[in-house]
Amino acid sequence: MAEPLTDARSTGGQRVRRLGARIGWPLTRRIGGAVFVLWAVATLTFFAVRLIPGDPAQAILGGPGSQTSPEALAAVRAEYGLDQPVIVQYLAQLGRLATGDLGRSYALNMDVGPLVLSQLGGTLLLAVLALTVAWILALGLATWSTGRGRVARRIGSGLEIVAAALPHFWLATTLIVVASVWWGILPPISTADARGLVLPVLTLAIPLAGFLGQVMRESLTTALESPFVLSARARGEGERGVLWRHALRHAALPAIGLSGWAFGSLISGAVVVETVFARPGLGRTLLNAVTVRDVPVVIGVVMVVALAYILMTILSDLASRLADPRPTTSTAGGAQ
Amino acid sequence: MSELEITAAASARPGDQDDQQDGRPGSPSSGPRARPSVVEIAAGLLALFLLVAAIAPRLLAPGDPLAIDPLSAFGAPSWSHWFGTDESGRDIYTRVIDGARDSLVIGVSATLIGLGLGAVLGTVAGTLGTAVDFTVNRFLEVLFAFPGLLLALLFILVFGPGAGSAIVAVGLSTAPGYARIIRAQLLRVRSSAFVEAATVQGLGRGRILARHILPNTLAPLLVLGTLGVGQAIVWAAALSYLGLGAQPPAAEWGAMLAAGRTYITSAWWMSFFPGLFIVLTAVCATALGRAIERRMRHA
Repeated sequence: MAEPLTDARSTGGQRVRRLGARIGWPLTRRIGGAVFVLWAVATLTFFAVRLIPGDPAQAILGGPGSQTSPEALAAVRAEYGLDQPVIVQYLAQLGRLATGDLGRSYALNMDVGPLVLSQLGGTLLLAVLALTVAWILALGLATWSTGRGRVARRIGSGLEIVAAALPHFWLATTLIVVASVWWGILPPISTADARGLVLPVLTLAIPLAGFLGQVMRESLTTALESPFVLSARARGEGERGVLWRHALRHAALPAIGLSGWAFGSLISGAVVVETVFARPGLGRTLLNAVTVRDVPVVIGVVMVVALAYILMTILSDLASRLADPRPTTSTAGGAQ
Repeated sequence: MSELEITAAASARPGDQDDQQDGRPGSPSSGPRARPSVVEIAAGLLALFLLVAAIAPRLLAPGDPLAIDPLSAFGAPSWSHWFGTDESGRDIYTRVIDGARDSLVIGVSATLIGLGLGAVLGTVAGTLGTAVDFTVNRFLEVLFAFPGLLLALLFILVFGPGAGSAIVAVGLSTAPGYARIIRAQLLRVRSSAFVEAATVQGLGRGRILARHILPNTLAPLLVLGTLGVGQAIVWAAALSYLGLGAQPPAAEWGAMLAAGRTYITSAWWMSFFPGLFIVLTAVCATALGRAIERRMRHA
């Protein structure tokens, strides 16, 4: 999928230059933008958290109900730097974040960085698997139901709309009832082995496949009606070749561009899925932290998710630039 | 993130292809007075049913949603209890019908908040010049870095859980998407031929904005809103399910589902039916939104 269709006779030098125009400058700009967004996310969360009513020192010592002496409160304030002016706290926070220090959890008595890192792997595995399965499902349904007449198209698009409307929590409980309680073939809670991953991955993948499929079908239909497909047919390309070699690449573009967004929605879906399947991960950590108002953990998770999300959007942006079969027209700024 | 993604995410319209292809010129389905399709009629009826349930639940379910009957607790779906009964013998069907009001009110209010904020941000970005546009766009980019429920969770962290929080939280999380779409629409309208014509005729900037650009930009809000209500209900229910939105005694669908979670191995109907209504409402909103969109485009 990597090299542009028009490149058949171009020299290596041209190819590199073209690749540079497609990726180099946009990439630099995107990285600059990413740093800005991360800074803004950190700033926004820092000041949003200041709006929480109540004394943070009290929260650290076990919430409003706990008996705390003024000395203990003062000690905690000094330890966490809460006695400093807001601007000092803000700059200190930015400095810590820049060095990768996410602070210390109020509730769990451990540093947020290692906590988040230990939970990140499971969630990433879940998200990547779900994204893959969603792509396979969406591609399968779109290619099956396109060019097969009205009934197939209706069925395909109906399935996609329903799939996209399925809430994770309901799909998860329904899958548990059917696959675990009635059939007894899969565990209802997510165990460490592969069998325990099936239901959580399906729960995340099916609604996402609905979204991706809707986008893919629309662009696939447009692509199949465009002149380049006609000319491919005229050259004697079979239906299968037209679909796989020519149309799909165009059809996949918007869906590839959506992958960054999809990844973000997967992470937020992980909050629900990890809770339902009692699976350790970033989402469940975040939910627990929100429930007990463990501010540093929430900020830590939010920062990590924002970073992962930004990286994914950059990657999906690059991927759609690479997969775009249309030749780039200008040297700078890319096809957009 | 490019414009493309958001617009594609929010307004993917696979149904349109069908209608463009099926609607032969001169056939009844191609004009603005198109005969509604079976799906549209079904969605309309469902919407009507949900509205009646929200306004006058006793018409559809005469029983008392809080009437407990310990002897018939955990009853499977039957003729006397269509959707079964819960742990205190309350009728699930009655409770689901009763929950329509809360769920719809939460979904509609959240959508209104999201659309309102989105419309203001999008219009400000699209009309007040490039500097403002740039600033608003960066701001939106930052909000987009809190994907899905994350912004809502952050909001709930600050303002505490509850139905009110959930409404505002969901509204806030959906606002950036709306703002992008509205801004893109505004730019499209601004560069269209009729605006050019108005400029050539010598109309003032404010007049063009108020009489020509804004009405044409904000018309799609109806479609966006209808499509969005389904998503807002799903998100609000997710928050209730996680224990951060409407709290269990309420018959809100997400809260009911959460209450049924404990008994999932023995009484699947407790969580299945409230969830089914969430799905039906979301599908219904999508179908209606598309139907309105199609008619507006042809009109």
